[in-house]
Amino acid sequence: MGERKIYIQDVTLRDGMHAIRHQYGKKRLKDLAISLDKAGVDAIEISHGDGLSGGSFNYGFGAHTDWDWLEGVAEELNHAVLTTLLLPGIGTIEDLKKAYALGVRSVRVATHCTEADVSRQHIEAAKKLGMDVGGFLMMAHMNEPIKLAEQAKLMESYGADCVYVTDSAGALMMDGVADRIKAFKNVLDSDTEVGIHCHHNLSLGVANTIVGMQHGATRLDASLAGMGAGAGNCPLEVLIAVLNRMDVKTNSDVLKLMDLADDEIRPLQERPVRVDRETLSLGYAGVYSSFLLHSERAAKKYGLNTADILQELGKRKMVGGQEDMIVDVALDMLKNR
Amino acid sequence: MKKKAAIIGSGNIGTDLMIKIMRTSDVLEMGCFVGIDPASDGLLRAKGMGVEICATGIDGLIEMPIWKEIDVVFDATSAKAHVYNFGMMEKFPEKKMVDLTPAAIGPYFVPAVNGDEGLSTILGLDVDLSDTDRVNVNMVTCGGQATIPIVAAVSRIAKVHYGEIVASIASKSAGPGTRANIDEFTVTTSEAIEKVGGATKGKAIIVLNPAEPPLVMRDTVFTLSDQADREEIRKSIHDMVVEVQKYVPGYTLHQEVQFDDIPEDEPVFIEGVGHKSGLKTTVLLQVIGAGHYLPAYAGNLDIMTSAALAVGEKLVK
Repeated sequence: MGERKIYIQDVTLRDGMHAIRHQYGKKRLKDLAISLDKAGVDAIEISHGDGLSGGSFNYGFGAHTDWDWLEGVAEELNHAVLTTLLLPGIGTIEDLKKAYALGVRSVRVATHCTEADVSRQHIEAAKKLGMDVGGFLMMAHMNEPIKLAEQAKLMESYGADCVYVTDSAGALMMDGVADRIKAFKNVLDSDTEVGIHCHHNLSLGVANTIVGMQHGATRLDASLAGMGAGAGNCPLEVLIAVLNRMDVKTNSDVLKLMDLADDEIRPLQERPVRVDRETLSLGYAGVYSSFLLHSERAAKKYGLNTADILQELGKRKMVGGQEDMIVDVALDMLKNR
Repeated sequence: MKKKAAIIGSGNIGTDLMIKIMRTSDVLEMGCFVGIDPASDGLLRAKGMGVEICATGIDGLIEMPIWKEIDVVFDATSAKAHVYNFGMMEKFPEKKMVDLTPAAIGPYFVPAVNGDEGLSTILGLDVDLSDTDRVNVNMVTCGGQATIPIVAAVSRIAKVHYGEIVASIASKSAGPGTRANIDEFTVTTSEAIEKVGGATKGKAIIVLNPAEPPLVMRDTVFTLSDQADREEIRKSIHDMVVEVQKYVPGYTLHQEVQFDDIPEDEPVFIEGVGHKSGLKTTVLLQVIGAGHYLPAYAGNLDIMTSAALAVGEKLVK
């Protein structure tokens, strides 16, 4: 029995939504999906940044609906699997069925790292549709390895084919990744895959992804030029370059990805996706990366400092999805000035 | 003399409601507390408080001598179980039912919005409720009870095209029934934002936060309405908060009402509504529970059981 092949999951067209306020045009998104497929990535995730039906005042309205973005993409892909994201509490099983009807054959069902049991009905429904299912344990730095692995085991018991260590705050360091992946490998069945999803807030996106792989993760998330929330995800073209140097085989073409990253993606970024004072604050305070642009907007509106707002959100232990609390924190800070 | 209530469902909500009836109601008293697990904390608690219990669900309840004395049945099980439970009530049309699950078989009821007269109206009845057969009233969801009054408060001033709510609750306050049925929460709450809140399109989001010590329930309401006098909207919201406080004392505005212009040349694109400009109103609420079963952080239990008790009392008066 050979080693399981590394599976490269692109998130440029999902996590990348956060970096441009969910404003990809329909045609541009489709063209990018086709280019990514030609460059050999194994899966392409498409939806609002906060998953199906994420469009809202709380998370930002998209330029299009998920259905408009997804329509006609599956037919154009030759190699890559069309994937989407679903957060129970935001999207529903009805949304998942709509996505399936548009050709989506793989879904990641995401919960906070301690709340896996809310994913049961969605994972079971996805398996019933015959989809490949990943369980996505977000803000993984907020749960210790053994307890996180218990949550992973729950997702596996509902039917997940793969469970992810999802470092939504980009706050994990390499040992933290290694310990969590090892804990997963200890409790999960051998045919359940393990995945790793990183953010680059502490500049460890690639390093953490590699460490994850070295401890048994086979599904690796990455995006072109790191296009994603906060300081972005593990940059895809860099990851493939490193894997090539390590003689780890993938289907991806590094030169094509480098061109796409610089020619197609960087020009789209309204705010550069990079490690800077604000995005470093996310990783340093352990705050959900998607809070970045919302916090910058609140800071501007109320005359406050973005990094201060982010630190306070971290202190209050806010989890993914609580974007409404950014304005709440800002108003409290104004009162206490 | 007080009328007798039965509660089906021995989880967080059922147990909280039982304690509320025993401590606060002048109209109702506990007849029977019904579960399906004799070892559940709720059933043990009821036994300890001297309440008659039944561990075999509604099937067991209707075989008990106390059954014929029961006037109102509160269902705090799950949406799926409620369908069965309501079916079993068919042979007992004189008994009223209050549904605390998101099943929504009966009409939605939010006390502060529907008001004293509203109960007859939403049921399509013009008569004394105590003479009416086969009544089933649905309490939407905890997040719906907390937020729909605010949507309605904006609706009575300006046309609301879109109402969105975010309910954040402490993980510890969400029992296994709630966790297994998150979709029922989002779907039922969204629909009630439209039907009771008056929004053309509703959207509901729920977030569980596991922080220790547990965080108090927070609810945020966003509406997009036609432009209107902001002071009038602000006053309408403040008045509505006072209405809800009559049955949920821990219900407060955590911040002053916030307004934003959505200009015509920069509309938002809302699924099911299209491109829309107007007035965005943001209302940040907090619900501190009465601490009857779970501690004060569990405002989600308190707002649900307080609203259900208010309705149950009206049904048997």
